[in-house]
Amino acid sequence: MSPVPAARWSLTEGFSFKWVVMLPCVVVVALLALVPLVFLLWQSFLTSGSGLTAGTFTLENYASAYGGAETIRLMVNSLVFAAGTSLLAFVVGGSLAWMNERTNTPCKMLFFSLSIVPLVIPGIMFTIAWILIGSPKIGILNTLLQGLFSTDRVFFDVYSMYGMIWVDGLHYSPIAFLMMTAAFRSMDPSLEESALMSGASVWRIAKDITFKLTWPAVFATLLILFIRAIESFEVPALLGLPVGLHVFTSAIYQAIHQYPSKTGLASAYATVLLLIAAGGIYFQSRISRNGKRYATVTGKGFRPRTIDLGRWKYLTLAVFLCYFALVVVLPFLVLLWSSFQSFYSAPSTEALKNMSLDSYRFILGYPNFSRAAWNSVMLALASATIVMLLTSVICWIVIRTRTPGREVLDQLASLPLVIPGIVLGLALMIFFLNYGVGIYGTIWILLIAYVARFMPYGMRYNTTSMLQIHKELEESAEMTGSSWLRTFWHILLPLLKPGLLAGWLFVVIVSMRELSSSILLYSPGNEVLSIVVWELWEAGQFVELSALGVMFIGVLFVLTMVAQILSKRFGIKET
Amino acid sequence: MLKVKNLFAEYVDSAGRSVKAVNDVSFEVPEGRLFTLLGPSGCGKTTTMRSIAGLERPVSGEVAVNGTPVYSSDHNLFVPPNRRNFGMVFQSYAIWPHMNVFDNAAFPLRVGKRKYSRKEIEEKVTRVLTVVGLESFASRDATMLSGGQQQRLALARALAMEPKLLLLDEPLSNLDAKLRERMRFEIKRLQRELGLTTVYVTHDQGEALALSHEIAVMSEGRIVQIGSPRVIYERPCSQFVADFVGLTNFIDGVVEQPDSSDGLYRVSSEIGPISVFSDEPLGRGEKVLISIRPENIELSETPFAGPNAVQAKVDLRVFLGEYTDFQIKIGDRSLLARAHPSLEIPLGQTLYMRMNPNKCISIKA
Repeated sequence: MSPVPAARWSLTEGFSFKWVVMLPCVVVVALLALVPLVFLLWQSFLTSGSGLTAGTFTLENYASAYGGAETIRLMVNSLVFAAGTSLLAFVVGGSLAWMNERTNTPCKMLFFSLSIVPLVIPGIMFTIAWILIGSPKIGILNTLLQGLFSTDRVFFDVYSMYGMIWVDGLHYSPIAFLMMTAAFRSMDPSLEESALMSGASVWRIAKDITFKLTWPAVFATLLILFIRAIESFEVPALLGLPVGLHVFTSAIYQAIHQYPSKTGLASAYATVLLLIAAGGIYFQSRISRNGKRYATVTGKGFRPRTIDLGRWKYLTLAVFLCYFALVVVLPFLVLLWSSFQSFYSAPSTEALKNMSLDSYRFILGYPNFSRAAWNSVMLALASATIVMLLTSVICWIVIRTRTPGREVLDQLASLPLVIPGIVLGLALMIFFLNYGVGIYGTIWILLIAYVARFMPYGMRYNTTSMLQIHKELEESAEMTGSSWLRTFWHILLPLLKPGLLAGWLFVVIVSMRELSSSILLYSPGNEVLSIVVWELWEAGQFVELSALGVMFIGVLFVLTMVAQILSKRFGIKET
Repeated sequence: MLKVKNLFAEYVDSAGRSVKAVNDVSFEVPEGRLFTLLGPSGCGKTTTMRSIAGLERPVSGEVAVNGTPVYSSDHNLFVPPNRRNFGMVFQSYAIWPHMNVFDNAAFPLRVGKRKYSRKEIEEKVTRVLTVVGLESFASRDATMLSGGQQQRLALARALAMEPKLLLLDEPLSNLDAKLRERMRFEIKRLQRELGLTTVYVTHDQGEALALSHEIAVMSEGRIVQIGSPRVIYERPCSQFVADFVGLTNFIDGVVEQPDSSDGLYRVSSEIGPISVFSDEPLGRGEKVLISIRPENIELSETPFAGPNAVQAKVDLRVFLGEYTDFQIKIGDRSLLARAHPSLEIPLGQTLYMRMNPNKCISIKA
């Protein structure tokens, strides 16, 4: 119930400079969100034309994509992979959240490290680390156990559906942890306490009360995890492709990376992948709206009484430590170990003699490295700055005005959230290949991809902080005679600064690690760091890539810590 | 000086319906006067003020200052708020936390159409900060100010731009009771000394009575009554005004005949025949509502002579320090009376009350 503001277009108001700022922003957002998708759809109905012959309308792409038995396997693989990953991630992350929020498990400080893990370790490094651990031939786990029992048996094969689910599930478990933590926190503890007073046991309360009441959150978390899993590229590409286990994302990649590349086929895959992801997001938003009916969310910041587990608390601590080892310590140590070797081998006394810093020297002297590092840094800085400024204007229109169609604008700017990275990459590729305005094959196409992809994060950060800024702070500036632009620049942006900075850092971090869009858009000379890691992997240079990975993770760790401190200070949460 | 004519404004509520927030509001504020819009929340007073400020765009009507319209639906004219040169103090004060006290107050001078030299700005800001008693805080961070100081700073900022018109939107509602009382005096003194034409919005009738030259009581988007504080309090024209401004007792009655002197009528009421005052002529048999304020009911242990003297019983007594409230009963009807705390009559005892006929205001039912 807010009144109609004066911000309405009228000729008598005369020319206002704000339109010069706002209109281009709106246009850019609309173009970024819509154009690639439209072209993707269009392309999926065309025969693959070359640069000389135009494509003609056809349904063949869909026929070949969804006609054969191959497709059924692709579908099944994708769904099994996504379902398995989301279940594993949920069970692991959800239990950890429960331990942290509802029990007296010791060493709770450690749990908070979970909130930064997914940011610090890029998917590609996590997957490679797990290959070094669980590969049947060179994996530490297998070689150690084989040495111990002197057999040739393969104990754990990461190149399998189970392996993929295991690695991706672990990688996404912190997301489940964060979402379920939020759900537990917003629940009125007296609901559990009354169950306790009625004589229910700890496990009974957890099962019948806590999880039942957090059901909307449980379902929302599962859906988000499912979407993330079905969109994930690194794990299926690195673990699935070598053994012919295909899911949508890796199938798109393969369709493009063959000669001649089948853009039409890739688009047909991408369209369906997009539909699945969009359906998931739609369901998720419906649930979170319906979830308000559950009277568990009171908005009060209470710290509920925790359940005394007695001696069992050491068990929960042990579970947590195991988890921490699997997700953080082990992968990082493996990379660290490998980075100090001159050629890759599993840890042994013999291998200790081969310790060297050669790989670090190699990486620092590698011609592609400095260029890629420069590209990554410049891209990250540029995309973060553009995203935050662009979305701050969009947010202002959405929140502060009653302009008709502002909800549409909000949804447009958040739309890329639904688009899997590889689909966005494909869509931009098709668009700029068809409209050769000289952007394809340059670094600018990566910048466009990053801005489009991370726009939704900018929206989220800016919305949160703009809602906290009282409207009267701007109105009083307006009353003193300040122009719109001046108010925006001197009042609003400085007040938004904390949120802007936290969001900016977040976008810097995610841009630095971006792989799934870049993989289709980079060209020689325009590599970014994650692409260099990918190339080193394809060339089999494990130790060099480990050295790069260790440095990469180090930089991301520092950036993430700064972002965390900023976010905490200014009370911005991210999920 | 300020003229608001036939103002209509709407807003869209959360369900998407448009709601009439201001319905045909007209008033004038002469130069140097403090005019108050008084009413309960949702009565349209804030929307009216924001329409004057230009922060909201009315549907139709006209707002003019010194004969120059700043909004006119007839001429399709709307001057944006940053061109109107009206000073405004917001309910939340809207002190910018990223600037210090001086910069907050200097902002209007830096952004306005007229350019000032650094020295001029310093002089002007120091002057307004002195006026509100913040001159020694100039370099302090705005976030380090107390609520009362923020309020003064908001006022200083509005004054710094030497506004044509000063708009105050519930400026005291975020202060604690003691401070509110003090700031009430300060604002009154400042306004009277500077002679600034001021529009004041509040839901607090005490504030409105204390500060205003003239009050407009609003309800459901309309102005119900305009008048000086004394008129509003002593001669309310409707049940709403009588009830909203101050405490009162309502008694139902039927007119019997005109009484001896001017404007007085004999009325048979729930508490027996009494003599009441009416602005408008009343006809025999007309139903009226009589409003009588608690402080206008005189109480005594001994019987009164003269008109409107009634016998009653003490039902409840509340000692409040400065005065004592009595709930008294006449038959089944209870009335609230306010007496000097020295009057101590035990519960259940018979007492006598008297009401001045000129203070028994009849309102047409």
